[in-house]
Amino acid sequence: MKSLRFLGTKKVKSFADATHHFWRQRLTALALIPLTLWFCFNIALLPSTNYAAIIEWLQSPFNALMMILVVFLSFWHLHLGLQVIIEDYMAHSSYRLVAILSIKLISYFMMLLSVYLILKIALAGT
Amino acid sequence: MAEFRLPINSIIKSGKQYKASTNAKNIKTFIVYRYDPTSGENPRTDSFEIDTDNCGPMVLDALLKIKDEIDASLTLRRSCREGICGSCSMNIDGRNTLACTKAIADINGDITIYPLPHQPVIKDLVSDLSHFYAQYASIKPWMKTNTPASPNKERLQSKQEHAKLDGLYECILCACCSTSCPSYWWNSDRYLGPATLLNAYRWISDSRDEATNERLDALEDSFKLYRCHTIMNCAEACPKDLNPAQAIIKIKQLLVKRKF
Repeated sequence: MKSLRFLGTKKVKSFADATHHFWRQRLTALALIPLTLWFCFNIALLPSTNYAAIIEWLQSPFNALMMILVVFLSFWHLHLGLQVIIEDYMAHSSYRLVAILSIKLISYFMMLLSVYLILKIALAGT
Repeated sequence: MAEFRLPINSIIKSGKQYKASTNAKNIKTFIVYRYDPTSGENPRTDSFEIDTDNCGPMVLDALLKIKDEIDASLTLRRSCREGICGSCSMNIDGRNTLACTKAIADINGDITIYPLPHQPVIKDLVSDLSHFYAQYASIKPWMKTNTPASPNKERLQSKQEHAKLDGLYECILCACCSTSCPSYWWNSDRYLGPATLLNAYRWISDSRDEATNERLDALEDSFKLYRCHTIMNCAEACPKDLNPAQAIIKIKQLLVKRKF
């Protein structure tokens, strides 16, 4: 039995709940199916795709709300998914920790930045 | 990072060639992995021509013929020769399977035979499965109960309850599935692998076992269980036609169900 280096991951609070991670990844994936379709169709159906047309489209409260959902869930799903890939392929535990934390920080930053910019366009118009 | 290339001293060279006798009609060539860690030499593949008219139908028959008549130093595990002990698991024609149930006639062209992938090799076709067995032991593969046993009868199970173990209890721990799993190749120090998880689910589904919650607690871990990405190599490799991937999905479903 000693040949088992670990019997698993030590239960550190922020990494503890493996099932929640799995479940959130599935839920965000499911939610992104209709949201991505909605996004693609709406962009494809726009009469023109110049700067002004996109700004006008985003100023509709419904479109702005949906876009917030799209970027929020995309970045959430992105960091959950990338974490799994990093855990799979990075064997060195300290590199792995740094990589996972960086991915999380970048995703959260991009998420906040995108939501801020969408709100700015929707409310302030630029 | 995961290692994708073999170290220099593990690179396989081509070895000796043994020709069949000139009057043999149906000749099949077996290319067999040979390695002896004590020799200090690189592994090599020897090729043996076998007259199939003069040999049993299965790959194991040919291997034993080689060992008996051509090269007695060829090392392999075998015991029951009928697919129930799981000893002769190896990689035949690129797939993990049991040499005793794989028919020579089912393979086109030359037959390549290697030990199970990504395990330390003890000699030739014998790989070191101690870590695999330790992982199996870690799930406590026996019935755990809290209620006291009745002094005059066994713990009974209905036919329906027993049917829930079909497709689980047949596992012979040959390790064909675990050693075919890429996730197990990269993370077997922590990921339990399909065979162990199938057996964990076998005890979780047993109507007589009373430690389901404890068992699920032990499995709820991003490495022990959640390294399974439903690649399905396990189900493809299993010589007993079991489906470990499905058992793992069912464990995940139970874990999610337990949250709500």
